[in-house]
Amino acid sequence: MIEFGYSLQANRQIDMDLNNLRMLKYIRNNEPSIDWCMSCGTCASGCTAAANCDLSLRRMILMVRRGEEAEIHDLVFRCRFCGKCLNACPRGVNTRNVIYWMQQAVININAL
Amino acid sequence: MKSIAIIGGGVAGLEAATNLSRMGFSVTVIEEKDQPGGKLNQWHALFPNRRPAAEVLASLKNHAKLGINMMLNTRVENIEKNDDGFALALNHNRMITAHAVLLATGFELFDASKKEEYGYGIYDNVITSVDLEQAFEKGIIKTAEGKIPKKIGFIHCVGSRDEKAGNPHCSKVCCITGVKQAIELKERIPDSEIFMFYMDLRMFGRHFEELYKEAQVKHHIQFIRGRLSEAFENQDNTVMIKIEDTLLAKPLKMNLDLLVLLVGMQPSRGIDKILHDLEVEKDADGFLKQADSQLTPSKTNVPGVFAVGTVTGPKTIGETISDARAVTLEIANYLHNKVASKILKNESYFI
Repeated sequence: MIEFGYSLQANRQIDMDLNNLRMLKYIRNNEPSIDWCMSCGTCASGCTAAANCDLSLRRMILMVRRGEEAEIHDLVFRCRFCGKCLNACPRGVNTRNVIYWMQQAVININAL
Repeated sequence: MKSIAIIGGGVAGLEAATNLSRMGFSVTVIEEKDQPGGKLNQWHALFPNRRPAAEVLASLKNHAKLGINMMLNTRVENIEKNDDGFALALNHNRMITAHAVLLATGFELFDASKKEEYGYGIYDNVITSVDLEQAFEKGIIKTAEGKIPKKIGFIHCVGSRDEKAGNPHCSKVCCITGVKQAIELKERIPDSEIFMFYMDLRMFGRHFEELYKEAQVKHHIQFIRGRLSEAFENQDNTVMIKIEDTLLAKPLKMNLDLLVLLVGMQPSRGIDKILHDLEVEKDADGFLKQADSQLTPSKTNVPGVFAVGTVTGPKTIGETISDARAVTLEIANYLHNKVASKILKNESYFI
């Protein structure tokens, strides 16, 4: 058989009808300031871990808001809790707490 | 007594009429509809404080009651400029004269059915921000099937910042209108989920940013950056949208019970004849050219012809009121100086 190089790709589409916003609700209950985020990216631009990995709090908050749970599973544990983003955020989001509760959400996902 | 003909009896026309009349000028307002107030008549509540539109309208109308000649159901057929000022031919063979003309003809709403891909006028559950405002006024928010909508999407910039739709400009007020309407919906239907699809959020006015934050924090309204390319109708009449979530750089799909299109302001085409008669110039965007957009924003290129309100570009109600008060002073200066200039026989010096 000739190998044309075609293969099935994973679906990249965000399906808001299937996605569950349980993580967002859980984090919001524990750290309401997640809702203050306006996706400016100041947190991610100064992030000390971002030079070496794909960590971006801006993106992770959006993933949570869209219910893209699998996307943050590994990333969220890259954070070293240095707190630079906490100083940077113009809206005063408690970024360290948001990340902490994101980690808790990932760990306890089946109980949410 | 110097006289002024104001063409258009909306917010700008009414406020200018009141102030000019109080300054002692003879004022005639020419309104083509059977009631003054313009598009404010279609609105339920105003941003950002959500004050009832009817309250503002009543106040404007009340102030404009005394000493103003209000001509309703009246259209200007023809205008001529002469040595004394202007001669306006109106419908039903009427004629008035004026020393100055004020264009307060406002804007036109973008016709959402022109963006056929969004399905307005084709799909049952696609409505405009104006339709929603009227639903608020009636107090009934339902889908075409009579159900309470639980998933609602708003599309920003419909017919604005869209060169193919003929409107390269930002209509300015739709972002904050959308935020206001989303909050109003959420309050009426607390278990609904609301999503805003935007290119940029332009919260330029005082207290606007606070309302945006309130929408996020208090009402959990989601803002998704992306512009709708096309909407589809499902068999159950819900609307499926596909959009790129540009901040995540991923395509996104969602079914909605109701899709609201935030329609913009565009230049009114109904005044082209008047502009032609007066030789008043437009800018490339179709709104009137201002003699000097910083220093004399209410003057047109023609001496004695002034412009106020959204005829010179999108404005909020507050900005229109300020504009109307400013044009009052500009007209008063013009009319006083015209007398003086005749004495000096040097008309151009003062104009």
